[in-house]
Amino acid sequence: MTPDTIYGMTGIAVFAIGLAGALCAQDRLRRMLALKLCSVGAGFLLVVAAWRRPPDVPDPVPHALVITGIVVMVSATAVALALIRRLQTLEAEDAD
Amino acid sequence: MTDPLILFDLLLAGSIVALAVAVLSVRDLFTAIVVFIVFGLLSALAWARLAAPDVALAEAAIGTGVTGALLLKTLHHLRHFSDGQTQDAARDLTAVQPVPMGVTVANAAFCGLVALGLAVAFLGAPQAGPGFDALVSDAMPHSGVAHPVTAVLLNFRAYDTLMEVVVLLAAVIAVWQIERGLTEAPAPALGMVWAGFARLTLPAIVVIGTYLLWKGAEAPGGAFQGGAVLAAVGLLLLLSRLYVPQPSHRGLARWAFVLGTGVFAGVALLVTGGGRVAFQYPPEHAKTLILLIEGLVTISIAVTLAALFHGREPVALNAPESRHDT
Repeated sequence: MTPDTIYGMTGIAVFAIGLAGALCAQDRLRRMLALKLCSVGAGFLLVVAAWRRPPDVPDPVPHALVITGIVVMVSATAVALALIRRLQTLEAEDAD
Repeated sequence: MTDPLILFDLLLAGSIVALAVAVLSVRDLFTAIVVFIVFGLLSALAWARLAAPDVALAEAAIGTGVTGALLLKTLHHLRHFSDGQTQDAARDLTAVQPVPMGVTVANAAFCGLVALGLAVAFLGAPQAGPGFDALVSDAMPHSGVAHPVTAVLLNFRAYDTLMEVVVLLAAVIAVWQIERGLTEAPAPALGMVWAGFARLTLPAIVVIGTYLLWKGAEAPGGAFQGGAVLAAVGLLLLLSRLYVPQPSHRGLARWAFVLGTGVFAGVALLVTGGGRVAFQYPPEHAKTLILLIEGLVTISIAVTLAALFHGREPVALNAPESRHDT
């Protein structure tokens, strides 16, 4: 057992849990959280792919890709949350 | 044989998976968001264990900190607007109907199959095969910086990073458009302790953010981590109402949003000519150019993330009301 196997399997498990949540969750905010879990799971796999046995330094290219992914995900999250807020307000106005 | 660190890894991996399940199964949404923040911080710890301190910093600051703040703000908005109706009306709005058991089982089976396929592919893949390590270490002397991740982000794969800054810019434009004329939930009142806390931490955060940016040239850190930490300053200022966005500040904010993208693209194009292509910085000036880009991109990231948290474009006070009446 090495850290890369352990965390690789963790990443796959987190991705699968997020996927299940995105398919099953009914609440919009919860579905957003599930998609965030998917993105973290994918990040795990890239970081694991970059890992080398300790005397060697890890590969920096996947690290840069994950950092890019994190920033893109926060942008997507912000837009999705703005849409959720807007939808909620419109629905509340319709109900009145 | 059993390395104590392997035990730590197993424990951490178990906690991460359990927290991921808890995020989706906890009934209360506020609890789910808090559990998600803990999950993100533990993931960052796992990435630090995998010798990826840059990624861990970015995940802790952006993926968990800023995202958590955005989620909590949205939850506050949702709760404020569903309080007006009775519980039944609120339930009708979200149209929650019980999902047939078969659908849940089918979904779970599908996700299990996907996970199984991924696991088989992952375990069968060659372990620690050659990556870009050799290429990067060969090119490091020409990059102008000493830290490989910064060299990849700002020099070798600078085009990716430029597009990433553009995505952030597109997000703030989209949020301003979506929320145009939206009535805002009143911000919660913060107590005296909070104001004192903000006054004490603000200078410290500014120093930490600037340090992360400056240190990025030779050690883990850089524009994105520093920018996110500086965005926390904006969040604190907005929450404690030490700064209230005014319509007249919009012009300045717009300039701050495009500053990073503009300078990055401008530098990339200006270094062309004399046999060089775009993004190919002359080695003797590479360090200066990278620092210039990083510094201005950091300002843009900090302002953009704070604007994404604030959400609504600061428009004149009568505009949303007139829109609301129609």
